[in-house]
Amino acid sequence: MGQILDYIKSYLSSSQTPGAAGNMFWVLVYILLVFAGLSVAVIAMNWLERKILAHMQVRLGPMRVGPHGLMQPIADAIKLLLKEDIMPAEADGLIFWVAPFVVVLAAFTTFVVVPFGPTHAITDMNIGILFMLGVSSLSVLGIVMAGWASNSHYPLIGALRSSAQMVSYEVAMGLAVVSAILMTSLNAEGTGTLSMIGIVQAQLAQGEWFIFKFFPLGLIAFFIFAVAMVAETNRAPFDLAEAESELTAGFHTEYSGFRWSLFFLAEYSAMIAVSSIAVTLWLGGWLRPFPNFLNNSTWDLVFSLFPGVTFLLFAAMCFYNALRMPKHPLFRVQTIGLAGFGVVLGLIGLVLFIPAVSVRIQDIFWFSAKVAGFMYLYIWYRGTFPRYRFDQLMRMGWKVLLPMGLGVLILTASVALLQQKLWHQ
Amino acid sequence: MTDQHSSLSNLDLETPEKPFLDANELVINMGPQHPATHGVLRVILRLDGEKVLGLECVIGYLHRGVEKIGEHRTYTMFNPYVDRMDYVAAVSNGLGYCETVEKLLNVEAPPRAQHVRVILTELNRIASHQLWLGTHALDIGAITPLFYTFRDREEILKIYEKYCGARLTTHAFRIGGLQYETYTGFEKEVKNFLDFFRPKIDEYEELLTTNRIWVERTKNVGTISAQDCIALGVTGPVLRASGVKWDLRKAQPYANYKNFDFEIPIGQNGDTYDRYLVRMAEMRQSVRIIEQAVGALPEGPIMAKVPKVMKPAAGEVYHSIEAPKGELGYFIVSDGSTQPYRVRVRPPSFVNLQALDVMCRGQLVADVIAVIGTLDIVLGEVDR
Amino acid sequence: MVAKFRGTYGSGITPLTYAGQNYMAVDRSLIPEILQVLRNEERFDYCVDITAVHYPKREKQFDVVWVLYSFARNERIRVTTQIVDGESLPSAVPIWPAANWLEREVYDMFGIKFDGHPDMKRILLPEGWKGHPLRKDYGILQQDNEWVQINLGIESGQ
Repeated sequence: MGQILDYIKSYLSSSQTPGAAGNMFWVLVYILLVFAGLSVAVIAMNWLERKILAHMQVRLGPMRVGPHGLMQPIADAIKLLLKEDIMPAEADGLIFWVAPFVVVLAAFTTFVVVPFGPTHAITDMNIGILFMLGVSSLSVLGIVMAGWASNSHYPLIGALRSSAQMVSYEVAMGLAVVSAILMTSLNAEGTGTLSMIGIVQAQLAQGEWFIFKFFPLGLIAFFIFAVAMVAETNRAPFDLAEAESELTAGFHTEYSGFRWSLFFLAEYSAMIAVSSIAVTLWLGGWLRPFPNFLNNSTWDLVFSLFPGVTFLLFAAMCFYNALRMPKHPLFRVQTIGLAGFGVVLGLIGLVLFIPAVSVRIQDIFWFSAKVAGFMYLYIWYRGTFPRYRFDQLMRMGWKVLLPMGLGVLILTASVALLQQKLWHQ
Repeated sequence: MTDQHSSLSNLDLETPEKPFLDANELVINMGPQHPATHGVLRVILRLDGEKVLGLECVIGYLHRGVEKIGEHRTYTMFNPYVDRMDYVAAVSNGLGYCETVEKLLNVEAPPRAQHVRVILTELNRIASHQLWLGTHALDIGAITPLFYTFRDREEILKIYEKYCGARLTTHAFRIGGLQYETYTGFEKEVKNFLDFFRPKIDEYEELLTTNRIWVERTKNVGTISAQDCIALGVTGPVLRASGVKWDLRKAQPYANYKNFDFEIPIGQNGDTYDRYLVRMAEMRQSVRIIEQAVGALPEGPIMAKVPKVMKPAAGEVYHSIEAPKGELGYFIVSDGSTQPYRVRVRPPSFVNLQALDVMCRGQLVADVIAVIGTLDIVLGEVDR
Repeated sequence: MVAKFRGTYGSGITPLTYAGQNYMAVDRSLIPEILQVLRNEERFDYCVDITAVHYPKREKQFDVVWVLYSFARNERIRVTTQIVDGESLPSAVPIWPAANWLEREVYDMFGIKFDGHPDMKRILLPEGWKGHPLRKDYGILQQDNEWVQINLGIESGQ
């Protein structure tokens, strides 16, 4: 017993990720935490997307289930779980059954290497970014399987579209990633890294986020990635695979209930995953703003207040809206619920002010805040852009983004080489 | 119009020759339940990959036999039925029907009724174009304009509701004029709507007109030449976008459109983008017409002297108006009894839909959606 | 124009006017030629509508009506002809492609066939339906019960 406790405790003083430290217990804990956090994020994202989109479109969005529709995602989840699971008679049973799991696995496995903080990752691989790109592109397999197994025209076309799209945008994406990785090697030793944590640490060491590096080269690479990642996740304006008005629902037309919700889960997790890559590579991952410039203890204190203040603001929003609720007795439960939710958020915020907590949670907060920014962009795109046509999408991938990516890569390499030359003189 | 429109069109409507043993050809059934077919249109697509080799429309799912019903109702009783054909432009349908029967009876609606008719019909044109814009943009993937247009269309429907109690199938006009006098504050509300609506058109355009994706999706998509349009009998904004300056309101004025000053917007290329621009410009022109009409609303009776029991002399009349979708014609044969002997409706959507095949050949599946949207069909009118 | 036609074709053409609208009744035998001439020489390039009217008591049961419009002259004209039940007419599709669906509808509703039409089948009613609903002897509540029973699996659509 004591041995086990020691085993558990031994990690606490470590400055490594549990995977790198080889502590299986903490790996499991982290996996559970990441999985739970991801599920909560997807649920929150579901609600936020509907609300934000609704407000962009001069309507209210979900308002009935819970105050301001807060319980709507949960109600939807229950509905989906209770729904009849339909499998088309002509479908290829096994593949039809496996496909959603492949997609979900591909989306979730990427989170193994996502660094929420210097130690807050399940593991730190020395090929982290390659692993992430590789695994996330496995979801193509699941999509093709789903489209093929459905044995129906619309899913088939949807699957073909999305596989072609994902494969071609991966090229541009990869080039953009390579140019960021090149930047990690700009140190005295000239050794770069593929490790996700290493990449962020390189940005810390070089004193700037890679998005500002060699301006505007870093920015262009980031832009290429930001476009490619929307295409990679099949989201508007590149959502041809599930273009509602053309292919009803694309590759998951024939899926219902739980299986469908797996696709849904996978889509949103994949969005979070690619946003994490973008944040890690260009936006300094878990780093707070100006880690080198404003690095005295006063600023440390100021920035450590951010998580708590954010949650307090959320709480204040809840209270404000609870006050604005109609005074009719029918709304009493909702008002109390919203106020209660505000209290919970406020308590979390207060807890986050405890220095011991805030030091540990800071990194995760900044990382999540940056990812949340990307999530908002996803919703914004969806609200404003029409959908690209397939040939235009391909043209954009191969004729615009790919040459741009190549150009940026060459320029980055040349500039880096020059700098390295100067370094050694 | 110039002579170029009169030359014979060289449309090739034969199915393209099928290559020997083509395993790439895919036949897809789109509809009748499909999000983008605007009702119950069924399109059978023959595809090579995503390229459309040819298509066939299967219609009739909404066939209610309106023309047969017309033969079994009196002239007055049939009036509400016409609203159910093009249900997003019910007022235009009513105008066409009432004017045709008035021609048979040889009466004319008094000036005040004519003015109110023009106001309501043009409001209806705006409402119809708004609905078109919203759904068309939705088909192309822009989901937001739909909500903007519906928000503003609501204001028009409110005016209808106040005027005659109904919002969609209004039955606003009667043979010989109007049943109801305008309500108090009608003119003011219409004027308010115009002031409210003018900036809204800019708002729609802001989201779409210069949007790169929108332009790429609609430019050179579903192009149809003026000759083909005329050969296929296509009318309305589709014809005008191909460069033919032809509008029944000008060519053969009905109601009292000749008293109003407005322009016929035309396009050049006959593609989806031009049709979009033409319809946007038409909304602005409608605003202009309503403004003039509501500013000079004459006093006077609203109903001409029409017998209680209508028995037009035996004869036949064809009369057509410029509905939001094109030429809406009524051909009514009277045998001197209280019921029409034969009512024929010449539906613009039905004839325009014929052009779908020509417009989609060689385009991609996604363009079929765009073209169905840009044709602005209403299946209630196609199938009647 | 009609006067000119009368000079050429004689008594086969009767000019008529009702409510200020001109139309002409043309003998069945003259139809192919008249339509050609209207299209090519008189430049009626837009076929607005084709329809029919059923007069069961007459010997020649059907009136077929072409509504034509000329963009060049801004003029509309109607051509009508009388045919007996079962007689077919030449298709106008080679002259005006617009006639395609319009003729199909006439066939669907009245059972009048058009020779040379590329795809002469029903358009609004389903394939295999019996009867042509706009004929006067077709009751307003009547339907093809057999078709309904086979295809919809219900006793009657009423």
